Amino acid sequence: MQFVDEFRNKELIQKTAQEIARRVDPKIQYRIMEVCGGHTFSIYRFGLHELLPPNIELIHGPGCPVCVLPMGRIDEGMSLANDDSVILTAFGDMMRVPGKKGSPLELKAKGRDIRMIYSPLDNLKLAIENRDKKIVFFAIGFETTAPSTALTLIQAKKLGIKNFFVFSNHVLIVPAIRAILDSPDMRIDGFIGPGHVSTVIGCQPYEFISKNYRKPIVISGFEPLDLLESILKIVQQLQEGRNEVENQYNRVVRWEGNRTALKVIQEVFELRPYFEWRGLGFISQSALKINKSYAQWDAEEHFQLNRIVLTDPKSSQCGEVLKGVLKPYQCKLFGKVCNPEHPVGALMVSSEGACAAYYQHTGRKEGITDSL
Amino acid sequence: MCLAIPGKVIEIISTKDSSPFFQFAVVEISSVRRKVNIELIKEEGVLPGDWVLVHVGFALEKISYQEAQEQLQMLSLLGEEKQFIEEIQGYRLGKEREDGPQDKEL
Repeated sequence: MQFVDEFRNKELIQKTAQEIARRVDPKIQYRIMEVCGGHTFSIYRFGLHELLPPNIELIHGPGCPVCVLPMGRIDEGMSLANDDSVILTAFGDMMRVPGKKGSPLELKAKGRDIRMIYSPLDNLKLAIENRDKKIVFFAIGFETTAPSTALTLIQAKKLGIKNFFVFSNHVLIVPAIRAILDSPDMRIDGFIGPGHVSTVIGCQPYEFISKNYRKPIVISGFEPLDLLESILKIVQQLQEGRNEVENQYNRVVRWEGNRTALKVIQEVFELRPYFEWRGLGFISQSALKINKSYAQWDAEEHFQLNRIVLTDPKSSQCGEVLKGVLKPYQCKLFGKVCNPEHPVGALMVSSEGACAAYYQHTGRKEGITDSL
Repeated sequence: MCLAIPGKVIEIISTKDSSPFFQFAVVEISSVRRKVNIELIKEEGVLPGDWVLVHVGFALEKISYQEAQEQLQMLSLLGEEKQFIEEIQGYRLGKEREDGPQDKEL
């Protein structure tokens, strides 16, 4: 709440919250999923959940790239750094994510050459500066980030850079939403659609949610007012028996998305037949593999990686939290054993992870009193 | 990961290279100037003075001045300001006009 007060449009925020409260049917429980981790972060940071009537429950979706990576996949990527000729690079988010044998940061402390980068293009510079090394980029991210990896590969090809490889873990949001809708233990009434992913893919890919599943989805911006407006639009749709794709964030997101971005994704990637997601299991055609014309830069091809299959530590319940079956504070490890300083599971690492967002911005009291 | 930072285009870096995948601009973000790849918004046309959303070194979308200001305010309220300045400074593509010969290649 304290943050909301700092906004110019404080009054509008209050009004929108009141309008939501006026519109909901008190006899109905509304379950709304915010798909994107950036939204999760905003909701907790600004205390928006406190502005909502008690019968609106926000479920945190799978839109946090490091959270959905299974542990085995993290270890596969890290195994590349065991090769003395390799410099492994990753975004900051990735550096603290625990695999079975520790996180990239811990491996770096043990003397492996693992470097944090800020842009995929940094890899090309590293490759040119270190001709005798192989630069391997641990690429993660949804459709927002995939075009930047694609463009970097296109540049590498054009420049004839041969000592750069991509370990692609790019995933797609739409198949994940479909998996959630098909999951027997999930009941979601409506979706807050991701903002930046939609700048790339546009709004059309979400139409199956309204057509086949009869649920509303509203693509939303990241500000408090954006999110509340989107929740209001979902509630209005539910009240009026409509289920449509609405674009609340149309000042940034175009209906058709970004054609250039989609084109470069297609140029470089192909769909994997299936990919394992933490908490959601194997989802068909839900991730991007580097295609044949770029196979020379594909770390999976070049290093002949062995698949590592691992289950999460028994005690952690990342999967259940990811699916919205459990709230972060209902996990047995939450706060005490697993916290941002010592993350046991990935959801505690990234600021977009539901557990980290929850831990940072809401009284941990809830978790603690809950477990008493 | 979802962090996208508004910045103002200062100049389009012209390149002799006629290849389709090369366009950069100098973008100013919280008074830090960096080279940003503008490939993804080239089709829309980019001019100095335009505001863009920057994500991992690439301009993702053009936005209005007002949207940029609101987004900047939100990022600072989110306490993300430090993180995004760190990100911008972290791009190894170097500062405007400090391009080494290797930067030319990229």
